[in-house]
Amino acid sequence: MSKSITVRYFAIFREQAGRDEESVTLDVETAGDVFEQLRDRHKSAEPQGHCKVAINDEMADWNTAVNDGDTVLLFPPVAGG
Amino acid sequence: MADVIRMTDKPIDPDACRRELFDPGAGAYAGFEGWIRNENDGHVVERLEYESYEPLAVSEGEKVIAEARAKFPILHAHCVHRTGMLEIGECAVWVGVSSAHRDEAFNACRFIIDQVKVRLPIWKKEHYADGNSGWVNCERCAEHAHPSAVLL
Repeated sequence: MSKSITVRYFAIFREQAGRDEESVTLDVETAGDVFEQLRDRHKSAEPQGHCKVAINDEMADWNTAVNDGDTVLLFPPVAGG
Repeated sequence: MADVIRMTDKPIDPDACRRELFDPGAGAYAGFEGWIRNENDGHVVERLEYESYEPLAVSEGEKVIAEARAKFPILHAHCVHRTGMLEIGECAVWVGVSSAHRDEAFNACRFIIDQVKVRLPIWKKEHYADGNSGWVNCERCAEHAHPSAVLL
C-alpha cells in the first residue's frame, strides 16, 4: 500500500541523496522496504545489514512496519569513538 | 548532576569530566580517552569530522550506561563525545567510571566505549593529506578514497 513518509538522511546518505530530508510516497510495508527502494533511487552501495534505522526518533528494526505519516531516519554505518 | 552522556562541539576537558565522578565510596576510577590519530589504513589523516544525530545518540548512550550499571556494581559512569571538525591529538570521546574497586571500573569503562562505538548514531569523515576524504566504515567512500584497496 502506498504511504507518504518523511525520510531523513545522515552522513554519506545525505551526500548521496543530495539533501538531508525528503517527503516520498512509496509502496512499502517495512523500514527495510524503504531502505531498499531509496538505496536504488540514490545509487547507494551500503548493505542494509551495516546500517541502522529509526522511526519517529525511536531505534527500529528493518522489519518494523512503516505507517503513513512516519518519519524514517536512515543511518549509514556508524563510527563513533 | 551532569548528564551521563553528552555530545559537544567544544573541546573535552577530561579533568573536569573526571571530577564529576568523585564519590566518597569510590576507591577506583577508570577513564578512556579516544584521540584523533594521523593515520588510518595506510593513509595520512589530517583531521576528522564528526557528525551525530544528537537526540538518538543521547538516548542510546543513556541505554548503554544503564546497561553498564546493571552489569557492573559501579557508582558513576559518564561519556562525552565530540562533534565537528577535530585536529590530530584532540580528544574525540571520553568515558569515565568510578566504583568501589578497580575491576568493575575497568570492565564497565571497556563495555561503555565498545558499545558507544557500534550503537550510537555518530559518523566520522576522515580528511586525508592527499585532499580526498571518506566516511569511516562506509564501503562506497572507502572505494573512492582507497581505490587500490577495494573489497579485497
